[in-house]
Amino acid sequence: MTAPAPTTPDATPRWRRVRDHPATRFLVVRGLLHTAIVLLGVITVTFSLMLLVPGDPVRIALGTRYTQESYDALRAASGLDRPLLEQYLDYVLGAVRGDLGVSFRNGEPVTHVLLDRLPATASLALAGVLVGLLVAVPAGVYAALRNGRLADAVVRITSQVGVSVPDFWMGLLLITLFSATLGWLPSSGYVPFGEDPVEWARRLALPAVTVGLVAGSIMTRFVRAAVLDAIAAGWVRTARSKGLGRRVVLLRHILRNAVVPIVTIVGIQMATLLGGVIVVEVVFAWPGLGRLVYDSVTARDYPVIQGAVLLIAVLFLLINLLVDVIHTLVDPRIRNR
Amino acid sequence: MSTPLLRVRDLTVAAHGDPIVRGISFDVEDGQCLGIVGESGSGKSLTVLSATGLLEAPGLTIGGSSVLTDTTGATEIIGASRATLRGVHGPRVGFVFQDPGTSLNPLLDLERQLTEGPETHLGMTRRAARRHALELLEAVGIPDPEQRLRAFPHQLSGGQRQRVMIAIALACSPSLLVADEPTTALDVTTQAQILDLVRGMQDERGMAVVWISHDLGVVGQVADDVTVLLDGTAVEQRPVQEIFASPRADYTRTLLAARPTLGDPRPAPAADAEPVLRVADLDVSFAVRTRTGTRRIRAVRNVGFTVPRGHTLGIVGESGSGKSTIANVLTGQVRADAGTVRLHDADLLATRGADRRDLRRRVAMVFQDPFAALNPRATVERSVSEPLRVHGLATGPERTRRVADLLGQVELPADFAARYPHELSGGQRQRVCIARALACEPDVLILDESTASLDVSIQARVVDLLLRLQEELGLTYVFIAHDLAVVEQISHEVLVMRRGETVEQGPARAVLSDPSHPYTRELLAAIPPAEPRVRSSAP
Amino acid sequence: MTSTRPSTRPSALRLLLRNRVSLLGCLILAAVVLAAVVGPWLSPYDPNATDVGNALRAPGAEHWLGTDQLGRDVLSRIVAASQVSLRVAVVSVSIALVLGVGIGLLAGYARGAADAVLMRLVDVMFAFPVLLLALAIVAVLGPGLNSAIIAIGVVYTPIFARVARASTLSVREEPFVKASLTMGTGHAYVLRHHVLPNISGPVIVQTSLSLAFAILSEAALSFLGLGVQPPQPSWGRMLFEAQGFVGQAWWMSVFPGAAIFVTTLAFNLVGDGLREVLDPARRTALAAQGGRS
Repeated sequence: MTAPAPTTPDATPRWRRVRDHPATRFLVVRGLLHTAIVLLGVITVTFSLMLLVPGDPVRIALGTRYTQESYDALRAASGLDRPLLEQYLDYVLGAVRGDLGVSFRNGEPVTHVLLDRLPATASLALAGVLVGLLVAVPAGVYAALRNGRLADAVVRITSQVGVSVPDFWMGLLLITLFSATLGWLPSSGYVPFGEDPVEWARRLALPAVTVGLVAGSIMTRFVRAAVLDAIAAGWVRTARSKGLGRRVVLLRHILRNAVVPIVTIVGIQMATLLGGVIVVEVVFAWPGLGRLVYDSVTARDYPVIQGAVLLIAVLFLLINLLVDVIHTLVDPRIRNR
Repeated sequence: MSTPLLRVRDLTVAAHGDPIVRGISFDVEDGQCLGIVGESGSGKSLTVLSATGLLEAPGLTIGGSSVLTDTTGATEIIGASRATLRGVHGPRVGFVFQDPGTSLNPLLDLERQLTEGPETHLGMTRRAARRHALELLEAVGIPDPEQRLRAFPHQLSGGQRQRVMIAIALACSPSLLVADEPTTALDVTTQAQILDLVRGMQDERGMAVVWISHDLGVVGQVADDVTVLLDGTAVEQRPVQEIFASPRADYTRTLLAARPTLGDPRPAPAADAEPVLRVADLDVSFAVRTRTGTRRIRAVRNVGFTVPRGHTLGIVGESGSGKSTIANVLTGQVRADAGTVRLHDADLLATRGADRRDLRRRVAMVFQDPFAALNPRATVERSVSEPLRVHGLATGPERTRRVADLLGQVELPADFAARYPHELSGGQRQRVCIARALACEPDVLILDESTASLDVSIQARVVDLLLRLQEELGLTYVFIAHDLAVVEQISHEVLVMRRGETVEQGPARAVLSDPSHPYTRELLAAIPPAEPRVRSSAP
Repeated sequence: MTSTRPSTRPSALRLLLRNRVSLLGCLILAAVVLAAVVGPWLSPYDPNATDVGNALRAPGAEHWLGTDQLGRDVLSRIVAASQVSLRVAVVSVSIALVLGVGIGLLAGYARGAADAVLMRLVDVMFAFPVLLLALAIVAVLGPGLNSAIIAIGVVYTPIFARVARASTLSVREEPFVKASLTMGTGHAYVLRHHVLPNISGPVIVQTSLSLAFAILSEAALSFLGLGVQPPQPSWGRMLFEAQGFVGQAWWMSVFPGAAIFVTTLAFNLVGDGLREVLDPARRTALAAQGGRS
C-alpha cells in the first residue's frame, strides 16, 4: 500500500502523468524485454524453417530452371554456402536491420516484396476489425444485458454460427450473390487507396465483410463474457445502490471495466487478420501477405515464406505490446501497485 | 406511535419457484437500529435487499409489501419501477456491503465514486460535490482527505475502504442505512472502529440503520431491536435486551449458547507431559515484488514455543501477523530462514528423503475452508483413505474398515464414505477433513482457522469434537485463530502475534484474563462483549 | 443446513443432453460420424467415378446434390470426404492434446524456471497465426494428408498448453492440493489424483472447440491444395474446384461448404454446452434449475 505521490490539482495531462510514472517505465521496460526474448525465438523458428526442408531447398526451388550456374549463384546470393552458425547470426542481424534476403523466384529483396503487399493486407485487416467491432460491441453488450433471455440466446446461437462458417465458403457465397447474381460489387482485385478511394472501398467491401463477420462472431462472444463478468462485480451493485442513472452505471461502471478484456481480444483478432486470412485473400484475388505466402509455398520460395511469417509474427508482438500499454492506461492497479 | 420509517409485511422471495424467504414482517422506526441475525442460508441479506429494492436477479420472485415513509413521502418498494427505485437508493436509503475489496470500482478514483451520487440526486456541481466529498471523508475518519480523493481503492487498507464505502452510503444523507455484514471481512480491532463509526454517524444524523449480521455479539452492540431468522422465517423479534436476557425461541437460545464468549478458560492439564513440538528462533521472510524490484518481507521474526503432549497452543493474531506462516513452516510448505522445529527428537527442517515424508505425516493440518480443502472429484472414502494409501498404513478391506472407523470418530455415518464433498454441509466437510488428518496418525494437529468459516452453532459442535478427540487420543494441537473467544475454549497456552513478532505468550488463563501487553488488551477490548450495549438515548 | 439429501447430482452427459442446443450438436455429430463410418456402403455412386456426359447436373432425383464438372456425384463425394476430415481432425487434435497438456501440466505444476522456459516457447508458437504456421509447416514437409495432420497438431498445441497451465496453476493453489502435500503425498500421486481430474473440464471443452477449428483448418489447407491430395475427395478441395463454376453450378460450392459448416457448428455447440456443464458453479445452478434452458 503506497500513498499516491502528493499532487496539487495541476494541469498535467493524464497521459504525461502516466508516462512519467516510475511504474509505467518499469512495466514498459519489462514488456519490451519479454517481447525481445520472444522475438529472438520467433526469428530462430523462421530461420530453422529452411533447415527442416528435406533435400536441398535451392535445388527444389529452381526445379526445371536448374543449371549448375544458376544453382551456385542463388546459393551464394542466399548465403547458404556458409557455415550454419554464420548463417544464423547473419540471419538474426539481417532480420533486426530489416534485411531478409532475396526471393528465390526473381532475386528481389524479400523486404521489398513484403512491404509491397502490406497495404492491401493492412486495409483488409483494419476494415475487417472495424466491421467486426460494429457487430460485436452492440450485439455482445446487448446479449449480456439481456442475459438468459431470448435476445441473448439469439445472439449466442448466431455468433456460434458465425464462428463455424468457413470464411472462404462465405466469400464464395457472397461472390455468388453480390457479384455473379446481382452484379453490385466486384468480386476480386485491389486498388490502392491513393489511386481511387471509391474503387478501393468497393473492392474492399466483400472481403472485409467476409472476414469481419467471422471476427465479429468471435469477438461478440468475448464481449458478452466480459460484460457479464463486469455486471456481476460488487461495485456495480454499489453503483446501483447510489441510485445512478442506467447510462452512468452502464458506461462508467460496467463497460469501462469490460474494456481491458475487450481490448485484448481486439488485439488478438487484429493480429489474426493480419496473417490469417490467407484463404480469403486467395478467394478474392487480394494481393496481400496471405496471398503472397500461398504463392510462395506453391513456388517453394522459402526466403519469402520466412520473411512473411516473421513479419506477421512481429506485427503480432507489436500489437500485444500496444494492448499492454492500453491496459496500463486504463487500469490504475497495473500503473501503481 | 407514528408510521415506521420502513414497514415490511409478509415479504416472500422465491428462486425458480423454491421459497427462500417465507413471509417476514418487521418495522424499522426512525432513528432506531434493527439487527437482523441468522446463519448462512437463513435469507437475511435476501430479505433486507429485496425489502429495499436492490435485489435484482433472473428467476427471483418477490412478494408482499415494503413501504418506506420519510419526509419525501410514502413509497411502496415491492414492484416499484426502476425510476422510482433510483429515487430511493442514495437520497433515502444508503448501503454498505460485506466485502470492501470488491464494493469499490477499481478503475475510478475516490473523488469520482464519492461525487457521482450527490451530483445525481442533490444537483450539486462538480466543485460543490468535491467539497462535499472532502467533508464526508473527514467525517468517516480518513486521514489527509485532500490527497485521498485522488487515490484508487487498491491503495487503501480494508478498513479504510469500508470507511469510504460508508461515506458513499451517507453521501446523500439517507434516512435509512442498510449495513450488510459490513465488518465480517475485517479484523476485530478494525471491526470495533467501524462499529463506533456507524453508531456515531447514526446518533449525529438521526438516521435509522438495518444491520445484517451472523454475529449476535456485533448486533448486540448496535441494535435496538433484533429479528432472528431461520430458514427464511422470523423466529423471534424483540428488543435487544430481552433477546439476550430471556430468549424465547429455541433457536435463539441455541445461538446464544453456541456463541463463544470470553471468561471461561480451559482447565490446565497435567504439567508433567513430555514436549512433542519444540520451535525455537524461527525466522521466515518472503520476496515481494515491488515497482523497483524485489524486497524481502519478514513474515515471522524470532518466534519460539514448546507444546507438550495432549496440550493445545493457541496462536492469535490479526491478518498479516504471520500466524499462518508458522502453520506453513510446520507443514513444510514454506521454508524458514533460520530456527529449528523439532518433533520429539527429529529436526523437521533438516530431515530429507523418506524420513521427511514420514515426518510430514506426523504433523497433519486442518484448513480453514472445508469447501476448498477437499478434492471435489474425490469421494469421502478416497479423501480420507489418501494418507493410508500413500503411507501404506492400511490396504484392502483393512483400509475400508479404517475409513469407517475414522468417520465414526468424527461422528459421521459410515455410508458417507461414498459421498462427494458437494453433497455435504460445511460442518460435515470439516469433519471429513479432521478424519483425513487423523488418518495420518499424527503426533501434532495444526488447526489453521479450522472453525472460522463455520456458522456459530456448527463451530461449537466442531470445537466440542476437537476437545473430545484430544481427550481420547492424546493429540497435541496448534490452534491458529483470530477469534480470541474460541482460542480460549480450546487452548492451554496462548501466543499473541503482531506483524511477525511475539507480543505475549503464556498460560491461556493468564494471557486472556490478565494481559500484560497493550496490544493484547486492545484485542480483548475489541471483542464485542457478551452483554448487549445499553443505549443512553432511549426514545 | 445440517442434513443433506442423498446424491442428486445428474451426470455431465445427462445435463448436456437436457440442453436443446447441445442436444442438437450431439445429434449432428452422431449423424456425421455415422455417415463417415457406414456412408461408403450406402452412397449411390463411387465418389471418384467420372461421367462427363452427366457433368454439372443440378440436384435432382438421380443426383440428390447434383454433379461436378466431371460428372462425379456431389453427395457421394461429401460422404467420402467426411471420413477424411474427421480422421485428420481427431488425430491432429489428439497430438495437440497430448503434447499441450503435457507441457501445460509440467509448467503449471513445476512453476519457476521450467514454467518460464516452456511458456516462452509457447509464446513464440503463439506469435504465428494458426493457418500461417500450418502453411509454413506444409511448405517444409510437402503437401499431403500426413503433413496436414502434423501441421494442425503442432499449431493447436500451444492452446492446450495454455489452457492446461492456467488450470493447473489455479488447481495447484487449491487447499486440497496443499492438504495432500502436507500429508507427505508424492508429486506423481498429486498430479494423477488431484490435478489431472480437476483440469479435465477446461481441457475437454478445449478439445471440442479445437476439433471444430481443426475441421476448418483442414478444409482451408485442402482448399489451397496443400492438404488431402486428389483423387481422394475432400470438402476443401471440392470448394476449390467449385470456384470456377460460381455462376453456373451453385450446388458445387453450397453443399460441401454446408458440410464443413454443420460439422464445425456441431463441435462448437457441444463445446459450449460442455463449458456450461463442466463448470462446477454453473453445474450446480443448472442442476438446481432442472436444466431449463
